[in-house]
Amino acid sequence: MKYIDEFRDGEVAKNLAASIRATVEPGRNYSFMEFCGGHTHAISRYGLSDLLPATVRMVHGPGCPVCVLPIGRVDMAIDLALNHGVILCTYGDTLRVPASGGLSLMKAKAGVGNKCGDIRMVYSTIDALQIARDNPAREVVFFAIGFETTTPPTAVAIQQAEAEGLANFSVLCCHVLTPSAISNILESPEVRQWGTVPLDGFIGPAHVSTVIGSRPYEFFAEEYRKPVVIAGFEPLDVMQAILMLVRQVNEGRAEVENEFSRAVSRDGNLKAQDRVAEVFELRREFEWRGLSVVPYSALKIRKKYAAFDAERRFALEYRSVPDHKGCECGAILRGVKRPQDCKLFGTVCSPENPIGSCMVSSEGACAAHYSYGRYKDMN
Amino acid sequence: MAEVKRGYVRPLDLKHGRVDLTHGSGGRAMVQLISELFAKHLGNEYLGQGNDGAVLPAPTIDGRPGRLVMSTDCHVVSPLFFAGGDIGCLSVHGTINDVAVMGATPLYLAAGFILEEGFPLGDLARIVESMANAARAAGVPVVTGDTKVVERGKGDGVFITTTGVGVLPAGLQLGGNRARPGDVVIVSGSMGDHGVAIMSKRENLSFDAPIESDTAALNGLIAAMLATGADLRCLRDPTRGGLAATLNEIAGQSGVGMMLHEKAIPVKPVVAAACEFLGLDPLYVANEGKLIAICASADAERLLVAMRAHPLGGEAALIGEVIADDHHFVQLTTAFGGRRIVDWLAGDQLPRIC
Amino acid sequence: MCLAIPVKVIEVGAGPGDDWAIVDLGGVKKEISLALLADVQVGDYVILHVGYALSRLDPEEAEKTLALFAELNSVGTGAP
Repeated sequence: MKYIDEFRDGEVAKNLAASIRATVEPGRNYSFMEFCGGHTHAISRYGLSDLLPATVRMVHGPGCPVCVLPIGRVDMAIDLALNHGVILCTYGDTLRVPASGGLSLMKAKAGVGNKCGDIRMVYSTIDALQIARDNPAREVVFFAIGFETTTPPTAVAIQQAEAEGLANFSVLCCHVLTPSAISNILESPEVRQWGTVPLDGFIGPAHVSTVIGSRPYEFFAEEYRKPVVIAGFEPLDVMQAILMLVRQVNEGRAEVENEFSRAVSRDGNLKAQDRVAEVFELRREFEWRGLSVVPYSALKIRKKYAAFDAERRFALEYRSVPDHKGCECGAILRGVKRPQDCKLFGTVCSPENPIGSCMVSSEGACAAHYSYGRYKDMN
Repeated sequence: MAEVKRGYVRPLDLKHGRVDLTHGSGGRAMVQLISELFAKHLGNEYLGQGNDGAVLPAPTIDGRPGRLVMSTDCHVVSPLFFAGGDIGCLSVHGTINDVAVMGATPLYLAAGFILEEGFPLGDLARIVESMANAARAAGVPVVTGDTKVVERGKGDGVFITTTGVGVLPAGLQLGGNRARPGDVVIVSGSMGDHGVAIMSKRENLSFDAPIESDTAALNGLIAAMLATGADLRCLRDPTRGGLAATLNEIAGQSGVGMMLHEKAIPVKPVVAAACEFLGLDPLYVANEGKLIAICASADAERLLVAMRAHPLGGEAALIGEVIADDHHFVQLTTAFGGRRIVDWLAGDQLPRIC
Repeated sequence: MCLAIPVKVIEVGAGPGDDWAIVDLGGVKKEISLALLADVQVGDYVILHVGYALSRLDPEEAEKTLALFAELNSVGTGAP
């Protein structure tokens, strides 16, 4: 597979690993956060940590939109399916997210009491639009989650629905923004405590950056004096980005570098950004699971497209639901604790029975560690 | 006056006819369905006895009584017809394989059908004919069966349950609890073909991929493997949950761990590509015509030669070793040079977006 | 950050409008939307995410990146 296999070459990996070993300064520790869930998954799946020197620690960030989806939002989706009789279309990732009352979308699909949710997994908004066309007598709601990569497709779907006059289609919008999440980490309570984030730099998200460009990260590099290297999705990209970060740290630089130059430009995809701006606007605040309320971090549908806004259409109200008391997801998402530090990890909380956000999606820090790495804890 | 033909029964309309509730009610309509459709294709001396149960000779191996092996499998695959097969041949192959991986020679099959009112008779005929072909090719007849009909909406077209019996030669003991550190893990061919062939046809996930299900009866391959005299510990077919689920089961049963080598695991490039589209890992995708063999390492070479000489084992490969591990982890050295575990999944692998 | 793959465009304007293309990855073909990307030509590689092409892949930059990995190799060998 072109542009995939070459970036997974194990022989090249060995040399990159040697380069990183040669470049780290003896006695110095490096802590880098890979923001994006896809990078977390790549690091786990390919066993990248085994190829890094012990002094380089990878911290898993909150860039998994399923993980940061608050319980209250999933409750809204379940409510739509069970009590409003809609056909709820969702990406596969959300089906097992635990919500209130021991429910999840999967369980609502199976039935609760004498109610049963018509919940359908889709791969794309395109499929959801087709379901709306095929079922004109039913209300069809698309559960829209995701960072900036996934938002433009939702914008297109809403505009398409309007153009077609697809009156039975609407969207439950839970799109969130990457820069806000990064700010939140950099402004976390631990920062006030220690004066600085225990992180030396960031691996910037791959595909979010194809949409928003590399420019938005320049602010963080300047303001917080932390280097950012935008990396592609493949394991060689990640290793190369780590090497570039180590170099920046050694040289005292805090710049934005773009390793994923084959797909990311400084400006990003302006056409996609325009479509998003036409359809969405900022919410004043939004609750993130594990990170609490973050200002200007999420999107809602503009009044112009109110007819396609499920929240308005069904008069839905958001109710905040707190996480389990023992859950350390907040600290883990901010990179100040590891999955192993959480008392619930691997005992009460597991992929079969996830308690918190980090265990829900395969890209959450806890799920990734449990599925791919927990054998290391045993020895 | 025109002569009235006595005993004339209008034949089943396979072109436009559909299953209706009379076909399951035990009366003449049901008898007609059985004789014109089921018995016509599946016909053999046992089915021809036409009784509630088939009378079969006691199983022997080389003239001496052998131990019975029995297995059953339910088939609810959707869609019913897919590239490389259909629910009919799948149900025959699946049960033959479950019996054969025990080391037994499969002898007879039973088949139960739950039909939904409105199911096209033409499709049913295609399915039954496919079953008959599969049974004949494998040399395992369907000797008895049953049919029921449920109202429209209460059944997804057709569900099939097959049960098989076979005979096990004396002294042969295969089991999931027999793997030992030092043994090797062998697969008979490429992983993930069936699951991807099915996914590619399902509603909401459509691809134009030239991937066919690998559904096949493995009793011939297994006979060739047993004939080598290799010290086999366990044979299993990695169906639901794929290679990962099956190896985790065996590791747990045997109280051992495993170390696999990603580069050695055969996966067709087009299956790998489809998995990229779907966000799936081929190690977790179902196979229906492949097997895993755990055997003593000294016999690996001999076994591989015999497998590769058989049409269903051409891509047989040694993919790893059994090791001592109190945690019973199945581990993998990645093609990239790192290590990870191949964990037992919580549930169905759902496509990821993020 | 989300599951996105590089695919080759083999046909443009294939579907219910101009905004559609057929792409290929390793022999698997799929119809996708070009609503978010302008001027896509047959032979281009694009990044595909949830049914939409999100950005074009620059083959020159890809080669440069691969060369960068290889360049650093020589720095890497002979490391302590």
